[in-house]
Amino acid sequence: MKSPTAAAVPPVAGLWSHRWLRFALRRTGRLLASLWVLVTASFLMIHLVPGDPVRAALGPTAPAELVLAHKEELGLLDPLWQQYGDYLTRLLHGDLGVSITSRLPVGETIAQRLPATAELALAAFLLSMIVAVPVGVVMAVITRHGKGRRTELAFTGTNVVLGAIPDFLFGVGLVYLLAVQTNVFPVAGRDGLDSYVLPVLALAIGPAAVLSRIVRVEMLAVMEADYIRTARAKRLTPLRVHLMHALPNAVTATLTLGGLLLSSLVAGTVLVENVFAWPGLGSSIVSSIVSKDYPLVQGTVLVYGVGVLLINTVVDVALALLDPRSAIGES
Amino acid sequence: MRASRVLLRPVGFAGFGLLAVVLFVAVFGPVLWGDRAAVVETGNLLDGPSAEHWIGTDNLGRDLFSRVLVAARLSIVLALAATAISMVLGIVLGAAPMLVGRRLGRLITAGVNVLVAFPGVLLVLFFAVIFGVGARGAALAVGLAGAPAFARLCHTLVAAVSERDYIAAARIAGVSKIRVLVRHVLPNIAEPLIVNATMAAGGVLLTFAGLSFLGLGVQAPDYDWGKLMQDGLNGIYVHPLAALGPGIAVVLAGLAFNLTGEAFAAAFGIGETSGRVRREAPATADREHAVAAPEPGAVLSVGDLRVTIPGAQNPIRAVRGVTFAVRDGEAVGVVGESGSGKSLTALAVARLIEQPIRVEADHLVFAGEDLMAGGDPESLRKRLGTSLAVVFQDPMTSFNPAHRVGPQLAEVSRFHQGLSRRAAFARAVDRLRAVKIREPERRARQYPFEFSGGMRQRAMIGMGLMGTPRLIIADEPTTALDVTVQRQVLELLAEVRRDTGAALLLISHDVSVVTDVCDRVLVMYAGRIVEELPAADLRTLARHPYTRALVAAVPDMETDLTRPLAVIPGLPVDPAHIPDGCAFAARCPLADDRCRAVEPPLLSSPAGDRVACHKAGQPLPADTVEVTA
Amino acid sequence: MSVLSFRDVSVRYGSHTVLKGVSLDVAEGQTVGLVGESGSGKSTMARAAVGLAPVTSGQILLNGHPVPGRGRERPVQMVFQDPYSSLDPRMTVGESIAEAMRDRLGKKARQAEIARLLALVHLDASRAGDLPSRLSGGQRQRVALARALAARPEVILADEITSALDVSVQGAVLNLVRDMRRDLGLSMLFISHNLAVVRYVADHVAVLYAGEIVEYGPTAQVLGAPRHEYTRTLIDAIPGPGRSAHTMTLKEQT
Repeated sequence: MKSPTAAAVPPVAGLWSHRWLRFALRRTGRLLASLWVLVTASFLMIHLVPGDPVRAALGPTAPAELVLAHKEELGLLDPLWQQYGDYLTRLLHGDLGVSITSRLPVGETIAQRLPATAELALAAFLLSMIVAVPVGVVMAVITRHGKGRRTELAFTGTNVVLGAIPDFLFGVGLVYLLAVQTNVFPVAGRDGLDSYVLPVLALAIGPAAVLSRIVRVEMLAVMEADYIRTARAKRLTPLRVHLMHALPNAVTATLTLGGLLLSSLVAGTVLVENVFAWPGLGSSIVSSIVSKDYPLVQGTVLVYGVGVLLINTVVDVALALLDPRSAIGES
Repeated sequence: MRASRVLLRPVGFAGFGLLAVVLFVAVFGPVLWGDRAAVVETGNLLDGPSAEHWIGTDNLGRDLFSRVLVAARLSIVLALAATAISMVLGIVLGAAPMLVGRRLGRLITAGVNVLVAFPGVLLVLFFAVIFGVGARGAALAVGLAGAPAFARLCHTLVAAVSERDYIAAARIAGVSKIRVLVRHVLPNIAEPLIVNATMAAGGVLLTFAGLSFLGLGVQAPDYDWGKLMQDGLNGIYVHPLAALGPGIAVVLAGLAFNLTGEAFAAAFGIGETSGRVRREAPATADREHAVAAPEPGAVLSVGDLRVTIPGAQNPIRAVRGVTFAVRDGEAVGVVGESGSGKSLTALAVARLIEQPIRVEADHLVFAGEDLMAGGDPESLRKRLGTSLAVVFQDPMTSFNPAHRVGPQLAEVSRFHQGLSRRAAFARAVDRLRAVKIREPERRARQYPFEFSGGMRQRAMIGMGLMGTPRLIIADEPTTALDVTVQRQVLELLAEVRRDTGAALLLISHDVSVVTDVCDRVLVMYAGRIVEELPAADLRTLARHPYTRALVAAVPDMETDLTRPLAVIPGLPVDPAHIPDGCAFAARCPLADDRCRAVEPPLLSSPAGDRVACHKAGQPLPADTVEVTA
Repeated sequence: MSVLSFRDVSVRYGSHTVLKGVSLDVAEGQTVGLVGESGSGKSTMARAAVGLAPVTSGQILLNGHPVPGRGRERPVQMVFQDPYSSLDPRMTVGESIAEAMRDRLGKKARQAEIARLLALVHLDASRAGDLPSRLSGGQRQRVALARALAARPEVILADEITSALDVSVQGAVLNLVRDMRRDLGLSMLFISHNLAVVRYVADHVAVLYAGEIVEYGPTAQVLGAPRHEYTRTLIDAIPGPGRSAHTMTLKEQT
């Protein structure tokens, strides 16, 4: 609900912009701190590997000169602090290094594969939100105060079972049912719209189940709040009480969880991509871990991490706009 | 007792049953089926399901079903080990801020918060790189990756418990930090931790399966469920059960942990509350009162109002037949202690009580219309919305935090008076001005959290003034406010009544407030009106022993300092177990056998006062004995 | 002489000053009432005295020495407002009380001491085995008082101990507070927003407003002939008899 003249609020704006500024500074500070942790962790990764990482990558039969040359190239012979400095400088220039196995720049490989992963995660996120929020709200309304016990039991039961099935297993099951048995959708690969259906479904089912349950619980809690009683005391229609007074308050918590969900979906793509041979970051990170292609692993982990941090920041900002208290706090 | 509560629920039964089976297979699987799982049958490579091999064989002709059973041990052991790592690390990190200094504690919390932002799978992959491919590395990776989430949960729980006063009391008594942690904090967070650990074990099981499935976990010749699935996926075209079989095992084991966790949660009373209450068949209410006709000339007339809360054992009769009227412009107070049914009476009159709580009445007539009769809901809504104002106790929670204050007021005019958005907002600003909120234009655009408590309560009264109220129902409107603010709000209510001629039904536990504000007072005890009299007579002419004790028990600015306060012995009646006879008999110094057997009717005096007491007006014994309260 | 004395105590959280150089003495055997509205800093004063709130400047002395904040010796004890938060739900009444005892006692002696303390607060010794969930709000506050007494304190800080109680139970706790002072000679800082309650239990009263004590004196004097404007406002705001001028404003229309 917007007030008609909401745009013209000069007397409050000063105070508000001050609070918003503090929020922006705090949030940016946290983002930078998290980024620093992420970058440092990815830098340290190669140094934390027990033994000689290059030897491990090239195999025991590789000639010593080759190992040395690779070490030279990776800068592993320099003092640690210098390596760290170089690493940061290179990152600032957008240079993620060169893959040990393919000899291609890591940045290029990632740029090629990132869109496929992002599409998958985003589509799955949207699907689960679109399904979960209405389902959760409707379930809350019809099972409130012990009404519709059977519906509630069926709903909770379905959710628990769906929540216990990992996404890659959904993938395997869907492949078997809809690709192998009935041939409705392609088994694997990323080629045309219909190739998206199974991977997106596999990714979205679990989160949708979890989320709808949370939306329901959240709605039930909100429906007990004093301000809902106030809304009813205003004699508004039940529809308006639910949609205008309960839902916006339930959305806050839902969005918080939705943000967590989206970031875990980004990471969840790893498994599903492997089931569907999806040409994204997920299939490349697994093969690079197995082949010990550390520059590629470092780069991919960084990209995943940055993606997650960006999502979290966007969610926080959205939350702050929706619910000013979360950003500004009670004075 | 608790164990039986867990087991008796279907979820608990299924969860524990499943978990028992899974654990049995994990313990005895390799012993019972180990040999069979290792037999190589070169004649039956990659066979489909058969009577001998229920889900077929693998590429060496080994029986897959046996292998799934044998794999249970490794899968479960790895999952439990990783969960244990997460939990121990999590508890240490989560509890540390309480023990170490403020600065270090903040650093730990901040670090945990940064790590929690990264999804588990990403952390697992990160650690998998460091610890290398294999079962041990994977267990460490999954364990470490789970620690931040546990630490955060643990920290939140510790923080919540630390705020309780008993922690402060222990610290003040000189109990050491570690002892406080061990004796007070950990026992009080154990239940949610157990629930979460159980559910986490289910999740870890799935993560592990995923890791092995990717080839990063268990390596050949060892095998867990994930590894079996990875092996089976290649042949999914010809031989789907080889991949799905171990998958089903993973899901069943995961479910076992999750359901057990859910059952714990339900037994501990954590998590979802859907307010499950059974609905009862309508109780046959004992109608002692003759059906009274609505009182003419009253803005509100209530006849034999009953409010019943369905309970697990027996329904709670919170309001047991209340009859009263509020005349036009009159201020009527309702006093009583918690559990007397005074608030439910107010809510029932305002028609704000929802299922499954049941409201019955012979009549409930407001402004000439029987609200119990139903009728056209839309027009009723309109009339109630504009002529009945309600003010609630807690101004902090009674406004919707997601909307600005002005529009929340404006809603009334938009939906009941057909005003445009702009006109309704203008009226809201005007009403805020009427309740003496300064700079109403600016305030109307603020969120409730920017208002002080007193301002919110005034805005709430302003909301009631959007229409033209004939009755204001105020349920403990000043209980949450400071005395000086209370004074302002009460004065505002008085002023509003003067300007609009609205009647007031004021619910309060505070005898002084009611005597100050109201013309007439209803005293409630255990869901009944026990006395009705003019407010001016409350301190001097009350005839019911309860009313008299209530007045004497509360010190005011004229209480005799040389004597102990009068004390009402015993405890207020539990509304679920209301005794026969007079509900106050057990605490009454005048009670005799008749009081304990026969409930006294509410009788009217010629002056219109009412009292329900066999001993009404008899002198109280001089010395009031103090009994445990 | 004064047992507990606040000397120019300030408490600041960030930029927010809660207490501004407050000085107050609680003399031996005296009950000092501390009144003020929410946010005035009443609770912070008590919490600062037991180390729950950080003192930014000034001193809180007990018999001329800083209040001990380490070790088993804790001569300043506090009782809190919320009876449902002040007892560990997993500890029996006896365990809660025993925890606060200064000396380690044998089992027999400990039980005898618990019984003695429960008797002081008019509770039956058999209550020692009960969990708090079996007690009413008033009974919990009694146990909290017994726990405070177990530390053999010189001063008890009572922070709104009757505010959360039902009116019929409040009187019993107030009587108990008065009995304890009479029988045990306890010194007490009694914090309440309710002037009538403070009037009933306290010999002296201090009025706290926005972190400063604006008036202090014998109760009868402060409440009977207030000198500070704020104290007058506070007294005028009390509903009930004796405030006839205001009763008129509230009932003008009748």
